[in-house]
Amino acid sequence: MKERTSEKILLIISFSAIISLLLITIFIFVQGMPLIFKVGLKNFFSTHWAPTKGNFGILSMIVGSLLVTFGALIIGVPLSLACSIFLAEFAPPPVQKILKPIIELLAGIPSVVYGFIGIVILVPLIRNTLGGSGFSVLTASIILGIMILPTIVSISYDSLVAVPQTYREGSYALGATKWQTVLMVLFPSARSGIIAAIILGMGRAIGETMAVIMIAGNALKIPGSILDPVRTITSTIALELGYSTGDHRAALFACGSILFIIIVLLNIIAIKIARRE
Amino acid sequence: MKFRIGPRTSQIIAYILLLICTIFVISILIFIIGFVFKNGFASLTWNFLTQKTKAMGKEGGVFPSIIGTLMVTLFAIIVATPLGLGSALYLTEYTKGGVIRRVISFGADCLAGVPSIIFGLFGFIFFVIALKLGWSIISGGLTLAVMILPTIIRTSEEAIKAVPKAYREISYSLGVGKIDTIIKIVLPSAFPGILTGIILGIGRAVSETAAVIFTAGSSLNIPSSLFSSTRTLAVHFYILAREGISMPKAYGTATVLIISILLINFIAYRLMHRFIARYY
Amino acid sequence: MSVSKIKITGLNLYYDNIQVLKNINLEIYSDEIFSIIGPANAGKSSLLRAINRLADLDGAVVQGEIRLDDVDIKNIPVNELRRRVGLIFATPIVLPGSIYKNIVYGPKMHNNYTKKELDELVYFSLSSAGLWDEVKDRLWDSATCLSGGQQQRLCIARSIALKPEVIMMDEPCSGLDPISTIKIENTMLNLKDKFTFILVTNNTKQAARIGTKTAFFFAGELIEVASTEQLFTAPKDKRTNDYIIGRFG
Repeated sequence: MKERTSEKILLIISFSAIISLLLITIFIFVQGMPLIFKVGLKNFFSTHWAPTKGNFGILSMIVGSLLVTFGALIIGVPLSLACSIFLAEFAPPPVQKILKPIIELLAGIPSVVYGFIGIVILVPLIRNTLGGSGFSVLTASIILGIMILPTIVSISYDSLVAVPQTYREGSYALGATKWQTVLMVLFPSARSGIIAAIILGMGRAIGETMAVIMIAGNALKIPGSILDPVRTITSTIALELGYSTGDHRAALFACGSILFIIIVLLNIIAIKIARRE
Repeated sequence: MKFRIGPRTSQIIAYILLLICTIFVISILIFIIGFVFKNGFASLTWNFLTQKTKAMGKEGGVFPSIIGTLMVTLFAIIVATPLGLGSALYLTEYTKGGVIRRVISFGADCLAGVPSIIFGLFGFIFFVIALKLGWSIISGGLTLAVMILPTIIRTSEEAIKAVPKAYREISYSLGVGKIDTIIKIVLPSAFPGILTGIILGIGRAVSETAAVIFTAGSSLNIPSSLFSSTRTLAVHFYILAREGISMPKAYGTATVLIISILLINFIAYRLMHRFIARYY
Repeated sequence: MSVSKIKITGLNLYYDNIQVLKNINLEIYSDEIFSIIGPANAGKSSLLRAINRLADLDGAVVQGEIRLDDVDIKNIPVNELRRRVGLIFATPIVLPGSIYKNIVYGPKMHNNYTKKELDELVYFSLSSAGLWDEVKDRLWDSATCLSGGQQQRLCIARSIALKPEVIMMDEPCSGLDPISTIKIENTMLNLKDKFTFILVTNNTKQAARIGTKTAFFFAGELIEVASTEQLFTAPKDKRTNDYIIGRFG
């Protein structure tokens, strides 16, 4: 019967997403995990990365990823929240209609363009004003902070707008100003959505590759200050995959596995928090 | 001695700060686009768009990259659209709650969060090496297809859900079966929304670098078949910028990239409005 | 010649464990306008949806038997059943597209027609529904340009185009002005000999006006059924009487 065949076909098609996810997980882990067991946890989590000589320590890269992500959050979160609050509560609707798509347009700009702007403008700026080579944790944090703005703004905005109007009216009826309402009523209500937004932004920042390669300096040491160069997990994969072989290549997949685990965990936490609402 | 700021004052201060932040963010966007355009417009000649790339990008144009980008993107869309649309249809028309629905949604949600470098790794080991497709438009296209699949599923789902339930009931009570109703009534009504999703997917595919460079390669030749390696605009731009081959050409490539993306977003946005206007 | 068209035996209908229809036994004959009256939540609409098996799509549990021309409706292919038994909803909803497209959408799915046959079908349906003169010059205009009353008549024409045997109407005039209401009532009276009508209405006067037989439903039960004249002048059950005179409604 036509009905039953079409239903079966659609069912099979709809598993394409989960099958792709499984394939990705399997292939990345099958390539990477054996290496971790082969060289041992002590080697893998040391700070010494010299794959051609048998040293596969990714600790400095993990630290690097965490540092630039953290920096991106410090810069990006306040700006994003400010924007989303302004858009949701203070901007008149016609302004909202113009500004929201503009901010979403920021998400459409390729990461390589962000990296390029970083190289051409931010790196010399930091070098001349603050010293160092300009390729640093700070530079990467700033650019990444800007890159995660649309993600956090979008989801926070949706969370704020979703707070029932009755909450606001109740607050105004008690004599509170708009700002007091935002702080004491809206923020707590939208808290889950905002936290989810931040966590997703974090996931974006950790996963970012191209922009970071161009501006973070890629030195294999744990940076001593925010003006020192840094290397992230993603940069290592992208920089070395092209010419790697054998164990070296497997090690890069191992890096990918670790990255994958971190990001999937972050996404699951974000989804759980968001769904709690 | 405590200095108290009254609620009215703190609101004014807050408003000003928030306004400044928002203006700052908007200015960043305008600045980025303006800066690239200002430096890139000079390179945006007819030759630039239609000539082959010479001297590793120092001279010539970006024609091979334009073709390569078009082919890879088109391939990705051709693969991802039926899969995404089919998934969205099954989710909205055939499931109500239950395990299958949660599994499919979970797959799509998780896939959406995977960073592009992981897609690059996967595409490399799976399409390029395991399936022996080599660095090619097919490898790149298939990798991108998996990347944009969640986008298409999500937007199609919204579009299909927005079709009024009454249309389906009327179709059924006229004796028309479910799949015919979907094809003749639901899909045509949901079409603008679905198209928006596809266009957004195109936008994502065009800006992608990490997933493409390890699957489609970086050949500067005009691709002759689906098995040719190619260098998309984004990859070309990355190589030019990183190796410092040619600043003017880099700006030019970036300008072409950004103009394409602005155009794509603009079209998607107009379509979304037509779609929303129809039903709300 | 009036024959038994629809026979309902021991019908029980459950939505989510709530019983909506209790042990309904009913027989509807051809050539009649069978009207069903009763207060809200009496199960009237659910009865219609059970007859054309739309209730199946809502996840309802149906017990008992409904026979169309002495064939159990469970044994008739559902699309064919719905072609033979049309349903007009309370709110007229037109499909996106032109008036012409609205009419031919259903028939094209059931049969291959030539363009000429489709044109004739459109003429036939719209005339039967009393709408032809008003729209004959704008068949290709969007159906949403019609007024509420016209849209409802378009819905009737849509059902007629399928050449059904029974047309069920679920409070068809509830949102319409008096003139549109009269037009639709006249349509039913004119077509009484061609189709069996089942009319659910919360307007008792409408039932009194055009119904051949009338049934009174209350809280999921069939309380009383009789010829319209008898039900309205000498109802047997006190509840019927109270409802008709307006003591509750």
